[in-house]
Amino acid sequence: MPEAKLEARGLSVRHVGPIGLRVPDGRCVGLTGPSGAGKTLLLRALADLEPHTGEVLLDGRRACAFRPHEWRRRVMWVPAEAGWWAETVGEHLEGADDALLARLGFGPEVRGWQVRRLSTGERQRLALARALARRPEVLLLDEPTAGLDAAARAAVESLLAGWLAPGRAILWVSHDLDQLGRVAAAAWALEGGRLAPLTGAVAWA
Amino acid sequence: MIPLSPLDLALAAALVLALAAVAWAGRLGVARGLLVAAARTAVQLLLVGLVLKVVFAQAGLGWVAALAALMLLLAGREVMARQGRRFRGPWGYALGTLSMFLSAFTVTVFALTVIIGSVPWYEPRYAIPLLGMLLGNTMNGVALGLDRVTAGAMAARAAIEARLALGARAAEAVAPLRREAVRAGLIPIVNAMSAAGIVSLPGMMTGQILAGTPPMEAVRYQVLIMFLIAAGTGFGTLAAVWLASRRLFDGRERLRLERLR
Repeated sequence: MPEAKLEARGLSVRHVGPIGLRVPDGRCVGLTGPSGAGKTLLLRALADLEPHTGEVLLDGRRACAFRPHEWRRRVMWVPAEAGWWAETVGEHLEGADDALLARLGFGPEVRGWQVRRLSTGERQRLALARALARRPEVLLLDEPTAGLDAAARAAVESLLAGWLAPGRAILWVSHDLDQLGRVAAAAWALEGGRLAPLTGAVAWA
Repeated sequence: MIPLSPLDLALAAALVLALAAVAWAGRLGVARGLLVAAARTAVQLLLVGLVLKVVFAQAGLGWVAALAALMLLLAGREVMARQGRRFRGPWGYALGTLSMFLSAFTVTVFALTVIIGSVPWYEPRYAIPLLGMLLGNTMNGVALGLDRVTAGAMAARAAIEARLALGARAAEAVAPLRREAVRAGLIPIVNAMSAAGIVSLPGMMTGQILAGTPPMEAVRYQVLIMFLIAAGTGFGTLAAVWLASRRLFDGRERLRLERLR
């Protein structure tokens, strides 16, 4: 078993927790559960965007040892519905190279597009691109393919599988258990504020 | 200046009554509000006149300070009442009041001591009207700026959190909101300075001219007042927006919108 890249100990945020969770180095861990169970809340707490109790550690170092923005740059939450702060796509894509955009199905001209004219699926892929461009160590993905067609979904899955490497890890929230079976090394269900091994997770153990 | 008799005021009141009668006949729904506002003007100004009469007669620093404090507290209440969303708890009141205190009082004291040089410096005939004009305008700027910060943060929550999630500092994530709020607070005084003398004659200058001051003297005072108001409003708005946008975040630079009501 590899070292834990990201670890939560006794993490409680509102009605969720206390939760213990390990995301091993170089691996992807899946998380599912009914709507309203607090999956997004949990991801936000891991990114230190939500007040919480308990500890979150990156490579064994506690979150409070990092300055807040430096923690979030390493442990990066990619929300299901991302916010945009400027008019054109390019203003959000600081550090993104053309190869990354191409793998998500965009040409370089996407930088000039107006954000308000993007489709849901385009927003979702571009939100992933702008996150990857900032070189996080852990990705907290909230339904990263919910608005995508089959081809785009496959592109995202393959991109992220290739992104995983030692020193990196993913926590992937999805309602699609087949998808978690494809991308995750282990999966958990969040229900009633607690984590339980996902039924069928034996297959990944 | 030609003194006004109660009969003169009654004639002016008749004009307002006529307007209210027309509004009532036309079912415009403003007649009652108009009459109440007119009555408030008469009563409030009469009371202020009495208070000023007493304070001018005493001319002590204690009296001036007490009146100034009362004006500040009332302005603070007004700023709070104008917020669609405001901070819960004491901050809801303290943010605006503190900002107005810092800017309006500093500018007033500076003007009295360094520029006008009245003797004593707190001479109520100068201090009270000056502070009144500064507080009134600063109040507008602070209220507009604060409202823009709090309402804007609610509206731009996703955009602000997106930047935080991508590793931006809180100050960076909230910078566009700060800019917009400061601009909103400053627009009225910028417009007033641009239009002064062209579209309208400023009230204080008009008053001084009616009272018999030579026009050029009145103009100099008006320019002084405009500059003081601009500085007071500007620094007050900056302070309020800065304090409020800090209060939106906690020590871990998380956006804490539950601090608003």
